[in-house]
Amino acid sequence: MIEVGDLTVTFGTGARAVRAVRGISFTVAEGESFGLVGESGSGKSTVLRAMAGLNRDWGGRMTVAGQPLGKTRARAFYRSLQMVFQDPFGSLHPRHTINDILGEPLKIHVIGDSETRILNALDEVGLGPEYRFRFPHQLSGGQRQRIAIARALIINPPIMLLDEPTSALDVSVQAEILNLLRRLRNEHRLTYILVSHDLSVVAHMCDRLAIMNAGRVVEQLSVERLRAHEPDHPYTKQLLRASLGYDRAAAENLEWFD
Amino acid sequence: MTEMAPRDGAQAGSEAGLRAWLLSSTPSSAFQARCQRVYLSWRSFSRNPIAMVGFLIILLLLVVAAFAPLITSGDGTSQVLQDRLLPPSAEHWFGTDQLGRDIFDRIIWGSRITLYIVALVAVIVVPVGLLVGTVAGYLGGWVDAILMRITDIFLAFPRLILALAFVSALGPGLENAVLAIALTTWSPFARIARAETLTIRNAEHILAARVQGASTGRILLHHVTPLCLSSVIVRLTLDMAGIILTAAGLGFLGLGAQPPLPEWGAMISDGRQYLLDQWWVPTIPGIAILVVSMGFNLLGDGLRDVLDPRSGEG
Amino acid sequence: MSGAGDDTLLDVKNLSVRFQTTKGPVEAVRGVSFTLGRERLGIVGESGSGKSQTGRAILGLTAKNGRISADHVRFDGMDLARTTDQAMRKVRGARISMIMQDPRYSLNPVIRVGEQIAEAYRVHTGANRSEARRRTIEMLNRVRIREVEKVVNLYPHEVSGGMGQRIMIAMMLIPDPDILIADEPTSALDVTVQLQVLAILDDMVRERGMGLIFISHDLNLVASFCDRVLVMYGGQIMETLDAGKLHEAEHPYTRGLLNCLPTLNDARDLAVLERDPAWLEPVGAGGPGGGQ
Repeated sequence: MIEVGDLTVTFGTGARAVRAVRGISFTVAEGESFGLVGESGSGKSTVLRAMAGLNRDWGGRMTVAGQPLGKTRARAFYRSLQMVFQDPFGSLHPRHTINDILGEPLKIHVIGDSETRILNALDEVGLGPEYRFRFPHQLSGGQRQRIAIARALIINPPIMLLDEPTSALDVSVQAEILNLLRRLRNEHRLTYILVSHDLSVVAHMCDRLAIMNAGRVVEQLSVERLRAHEPDHPYTKQLLRASLGYDRAAAENLEWFD
Repeated sequence: MTEMAPRDGAQAGSEAGLRAWLLSSTPSSAFQARCQRVYLSWRSFSRNPIAMVGFLIILLLLVVAAFAPLITSGDGTSQVLQDRLLPPSAEHWFGTDQLGRDIFDRIIWGSRITLYIVALVAVIVVPVGLLVGTVAGYLGGWVDAILMRITDIFLAFPRLILALAFVSALGPGLENAVLAIALTTWSPFARIARAETLTIRNAEHILAARVQGASTGRILLHHVTPLCLSSVIVRLTLDMAGIILTAAGLGFLGLGAQPPLPEWGAMISDGRQYLLDQWWVPTIPGIAILVVSMGFNLLGDGLRDVLDPRSGEG
Repeated sequence: MSGAGDDTLLDVKNLSVRFQTTKGPVEAVRGVSFTLGRERLGIVGESGSGKSQTGRAILGLTAKNGRISADHVRFDGMDLARTTDQAMRKVRGARISMIMQDPRYSLNPVIRVGEQIAEAYRVHTGANRSEARRRTIEMLNRVRIREVEKVVNLYPHEVSGGMGQRIMIAMMLIPDPDILIADEPTSALDVTVQLQVLAILDDMVRERGMGLIFISHDLNLVASFCDRVLVMYGGQIMETLDAGKLHEAEHPYTRGLLNCLPTLNDARDLAVLERDPAWLEPVGAGGPGGGQ
């Protein structure tokens, strides 16, 4: 479904160039849920943005559903791939009603019957029709993120890119959103690429994951291996240990990987 | 678009019903949602007494201009030479000028000219400024560089001087004065729109629009412009005083509205030789300019508090 | 080296914070009581639980539209709830310090990091320049910053989040405070950097006998790092537990929070937290209980 080969992304030019992604490759099968895990600056979000066409300064190969991707994306491309962003307070236009927000993809892709589709999409993410004419600031963080998911879903894309979709939410709301994403994936047979810094979120959501550090994939492993605490790479081991909570011994023995 | 449904509100009729409709947390139509937004802004605006003074002044200006034929006895240009330079009295509230024209009538008719200038300038300046500013800010790179250098050229000259140059090139007259003022006024709007665009162009909701497949034109029009609009409107209101003063200045220099049109600046110019002996002839139009300019300024300050996204959620 | 009872640094009794907003009064903190010894005390809760407002109210840092009331906030013979502004200013920073989530907002953006720390040191001790500089480097070493000589010449925007947080802690160390209130100090940091920052805070409690109030939304972190934990919800304390026993908590709210955390080992759907209005008891002192 998705093939990424030797992807590089560079910001800036000349001496000040920053190589955010340094040649990574992975494939994601249809219907699979794939996690990209890493700390800040590892390049994990940059990969997603390059796939979504938000960054044109990339090299290498990317193929989505058999179609090789170029630097610019045709409008039709976005019917096969949609994205959910991290910040539920920033990803909805503050002056648009929920109706405008959900109707926008339908207008862009000239899809009719918007009223039914909008009400369906709201229902799909567990919100009633009474939310339709509210503004984003009248909604809670979790409700906004549901709207962002509904907006991505409304044109029925087979692939969803999820960029830290719950990291700005409280744990109880995170649980609801994660459950929702899992249900939608089952119902619509979606392919997910989930970017997160949180190993337990990725373990909960994904079948397979890649650990990124400093622009490279240090290791790809199945979620079973992660659960069994059996990663191969020392960086993954350290990340796993640090994410289990405070551990004095681990803090004393941190290593740096570049 | 979606169906407009004012029926729930109209039906309720009573003030309490309308209030409930405006404050309901579950608006049932896009129309109701927008009305609620306007109503909430109005509520916070009307709590500011100084802004309300400005609002009332501008409202008065609009009413006076709309009902000028009912308020005045003539069109303000009829001369009665035996009644020259009469002081204010019950018959001529603001007195008469050197040609025996009733100054009250002329002020009232002049309000139409003032509004005409202000509205025409706004209609030219806001779209041009928004277009240049949002395109420059959103696209960046060499487009930005070229557009902003052009803007800088217009910003570099004092407004009245530049307007004078344009009017002398185009020839005197009200329309040319409006054009000249517009040419000298749009550049700050482009700057503001660009600054706003720069702050939002990497916002996630703009990225989201790109990922939906929206074209650049659509993003500029539907996503960027609405967010620039409030600061542009605030700036426009605050600029109104300057526009009126420039128009009056051009009128004073004989380059704006031509006689016998009762343009306030030209009235001051015509009456200036009577300042010492018949003070009301130049002073009253001066007061009119002052009051209206002040009204726009107060209104602009109030609008800034309500509309400016930085001063808190509306 | 823990244990609360032996010497109490801070004793908070029935603390409430009430805000006047355009939508009416909001009770952010409702009758909170706790004591702090020379220990790591965690306050854990979701956003809006009042955990941050509790920390701010202790230092009188509540926003202008808020009113603090309390039976007492006892610290070293003073009642911080009733002290003068002047006396409060002496306590704040010198004896009770606070660090926030993003340290870069707390530092002056146009002054180099080293100068800021040295300046703070001179203000507190009256030392001369060279002494202050020497101590600055010493303190940055203590918070385990590598390449200290380079870091002192950086501006705040040039340092990473983890580095900034360590610099902030170094500044807090100068006056040798009795209590440190840390409001989500590691939430913006990567897990490995978080470990380092926590180790430094840990040292301060162990070596200097400081009291630490660690405010966080992260149950696992608080359970593994702190000695005792207060679980807050709706402005009230739901329960107080030994941190090691957090996973055996009995209160349905705490249980609910724990159950909705995704874990490495479990791929089933997560439990949804059902909130029970009965958890929030009406408060006696001062305010009407039914906040909505």
